[in-house]
Amino acid sequence: MPTHPDEIYFMGTCLVDLFYPQAGLAGMKLIQGAGVRVIYPKDQGCCGQPAFNSGYREEALEVARSQMRCFPHEIPIVVPSGSCAGMVIHHWPELFAGETDEKQAIAVSRRTVELTQFLVDQLNLQLEDLGEPTEIAVHTSCSCRNELKVEDRIESLLSQLNQVTVLEQPRKAECCGFGGSFAIKQPEISGAMVQDKTDALHSTGATRVVSQDCGCLMNIGGALEKQQRTMQPQHIAEFLLERTHE
Amino acid sequence: MSSARETIFQALRATSTPATRDIPPQVDRQEWGQSEKVERLTQQMSAVHAEVHHLADGDWIGWVNRELPQRGLSRLLAGGEVAQQLKQRCASSIELKHYQQPIEQWKSTLFNEVDVGITSTRGAIAHSGSLALWATIEEPRLLSLVPPVHIALLHANQIHENFEQMVVNEQWQQQMPTNTLLISGPSKTADIQQVLAYGVHGPKELIVLILEDA
Amino acid sequence: MSDQAAAFKHRINTALGDEQAHSNFRSAMSMLMEKRAAQFPDEDELLEKRQRANAIRAHALRNLPQLLEQLEQQLINNGIQVHWARDGAEANAIIHQLLEAAGAKSVVKGKSMVSEEIDLNHYLQQHGIEILESDLGEFIIQLAHETPSHIVMPAIHKTKQDIAELFHKHFPELPYSEDVDEMTQQARQILRDRFRQADAGISGVNFMVAETGTLCLVENEGNGRMSTTVPPLHIAVTGIEKVVEKLTDVPPLLDLLTKSATGQPITTYFNMISHPRQAGELDGPEAVHLVLLDNGRSHIKRDEVLLDTLRCIRCGSCINHCPVYVQVGGHAYGTVYPGPIGTVLEPMRLGIDQIGTLTSACSLCGACAQVCPVQIPLPKLINRLRADSVSHQNHSGVKGEGSLRKQAEVLSWKGWRWLYSSPLRYRLFSKLATRLRGLTPSSIGGWSRYRTVTKPAPRPLSELIKEAGFDHE
Ligand code: SF4
Repeated sequence: MPTHPDEIYFMGTCLVDLFYPQAGLAGMKLIQGAGVRVIYPKDQGCCGQPAFNSGYREEALEVARSQMRCFPHEIPIVVPSGSCAGMVIHHWPELFAGETDEKQAIAVSRRTVELTQFLVDQLNLQLEDLGEPTEIAVHTSCSCRNELKVEDRIESLLSQLNQVTVLEQPRKAECCGFGGSFAIKQPEISGAMVQDKTDALHSTGATRVVSQDCGCLMNIGGALEKQQRTMQPQHIAEFLLERTHE
Repeated sequence: MSSARETIFQALRATSTPATRDIPPQVDRQEWGQSEKVERLTQQMSAVHAEVHHLADGDWIGWVNRELPQRGLSRLLAGGEVAQQLKQRCASSIELKHYQQPIEQWKSTLFNEVDVGITSTRGAIAHSGSLALWATIEEPRLLSLVPPVHIALLHANQIHENFEQMVVNEQWQQQMPTNTLLISGPSKTADIQQVLAYGVHGPKELIVLILEDA
Repeated sequence: MSDQAAAFKHRINTALGDEQAHSNFRSAMSMLMEKRAAQFPDEDELLEKRQRANAIRAHALRNLPQLLEQLEQQLINNGIQVHWARDGAEANAIIHQLLEAAGAKSVVKGKSMVSEEIDLNHYLQQHGIEILESDLGEFIIQLAHETPSHIVMPAIHKTKQDIAELFHKHFPELPYSEDVDEMTQQARQILRDRFRQADAGISGVNFMVAETGTLCLVENEGNGRMSTTVPPLHIAVTGIEKVVEKLTDVPPLLDLLTKSATGQPITTYFNMISHPRQAGELDGPEAVHLVLLDNGRSHIKRDEVLLDTLRCIRCGSCINHCPVYVQVGGHAYGTVYPGPIGTVLEPMRLGIDQIGTLTSACSLCGACAQVCPVQIPLPKLINRLRADSVSHQNHSGVKGEGSLRKQAEVLSWKGWRWLYSSPLRYRLFSKLATRLRGLTPSSIGGWSRYRTVTKPAPRPLSELIKEAGFDHE
């Protein structure tokens, strides 16, 4: 994949599209700010992950296929969500195995990249912190950590912000309990997990938690709100944009 | 039961295509010299509660004669060459027993009337801190297991860097004895609330005497 | 809700309600993770070691029938007798016959998950044989009439107070103590006589070496050595997949096994048995038997993807790192093997119709696959079993395939597909969902018990980007 490409596709993901559009916009602005043309294919929808992780592979395949068609040109596809990036990069080849468009799926998976990884590895994004001193906590999504192995990119971006102190939560590598259908099918276990996770985050004393994944943010944010805690969830792209623009 | 065997093999053969061996080589070799090996072994064994002493080759009987009475240990069990050497020079306060009969004939003595078992070793493994013992007619398996204290004699020049090298260097695959044993510390357990406790079924104490050529 | 799902829910709720157990699991798992990490300071070296261990196990599986034949031949040459069992019932019957033929009434047993898998203790007890677990953790579990809650540390759910009371109840003649050293010494005292008097010892096996006909056992306590050395008869029972080709395959696996399992550079004892007592030798069993159990393993091997499960060396590391296990503990799974490896093994062994809902208790976080010493892609396998659970095609061959397919769920996924596979419909939907965000229900099942419900944004990203001046291809 070329470093500092001239143009990229932005795969917004269905969660960002409906619930966190500002996170998507922020990601696109960060990339555009680095002189890259950002294309947002208007027909895009979902990568198929929800059905795939629920065992409904035929349904996942059809939705993934319609998504795949939105990204025809040989340019990088940037995804502001670890788990969706992981779906395309690691599971599309599995999902499309034996299909007529398997080759295409593999090719698309190869040019797909998670946002923080793209910002660091390909754009070598330089950030100037314009904000007030602040303390935040970070929750790295399990897809970024375990599947994509890019968990350090978010930290390297944040380390450029000299007014921002990252407070480390206990058991930082532990899953927040989202897991898509898991949270629906096993709400009690998922609830216990997000309780432990929010307790850990809260114990840092930070007022904000940032993450690369909107699934985690929805889970953690929803729990924090339910517990009436003041800590605010925010996508890393929004946070970076906010810190670097007046 | 041959029918079970047949069924299992049939199922396995239907799905197996034999493949040639393609296994990457070992990665963590250090090329340690003898003193490094002794040092690493000592460090690893001490870390798991073994008592390690460095002696000149001829001094171990003196050590036994001196230390055992001091620790209130008197009934000493040995076999083979070690027993022979002890017989000649062991202190009168030590009651030396020789492992010479089949276990069936003196089980209760072994279980109830021995304080210390002393054995030779075939060698040791520096990396993991382990002694290697091969069962022999002279030094049977229970000698290092049943008595509450085990003293092991180890020659410093028989320490290998790691287990894999020991197996390769000595070509173990050509002649595996009845029992081969790696011992890395006294018997222990953490089965009660993850609290480490020593001496659950095997020896409570492991004393390693590393013998260096004078 | 199906019976199995309801039963699982019940076990989960029981587990989640037990604060003490939760805090036991939490502290135990944190400690195990820390100790493991300390053994692997170099990530690159660890990866190379895992790749190597993976290759060794994969090689053995590819050549399984050849290696098992070689193993059998070597064992016979060495004087060890070999028996084959298609399932647990056959294995139990073989073991019983061997004991009966030897007139053995009292048996000491070392830790063996395969013996749990075939429920050997109950079988032998029903046939009038006294069988005593000698591993301290298993001993505790046996006294409590429970099952292990972890494959490496069976009594990990118990506090020392629980154990003190248990000892006091069963051995009132011993002084009551909550001191771990003292309790350990009490167990030593109780079991010593039993080792001495036992007619037979039963053990599992960690690795079998085809080249030399060697059975390898890993342990810390010495009970395994006792059980396999003191009684006149030793019966080992294990799964057919445990074979490796060469003796040099053992050190790299052992290295990763103990470090991954408990963070030990090596266990106290590594016991390699290649013969029964030979002429002139003064101890060790006169007869050694190996019972090789299939119990579905050859069936798993038929599936290119699920086959990876057979590489498992039962280190328990995936369990130690599982964020679900740490919440619910081992008993909630209701199976012999808990955690990620259990979630894969048990539905295959018992059938999806029996225990397939286990696969729903996984957030697919992937922590397990990161630590598995033989690189088993556990989340991928769990996800695959989810697909088998709701499949309508019946081609995977996993028992009970398709049995969790529910019409309502099928319809909702078909609806989802209808919506998301058409850009037009999806755009309309996102428009509606955002415009009607005021109507978002504030409660959606279990989700809203722990979280507030996130409302859709006022306008979707697809509408915002135009104004923001991005290319909208
Ligand atoms: S699946 Fe891997 S991590 Fe889990 S017990 Fe087996 S070898 Fe260990």
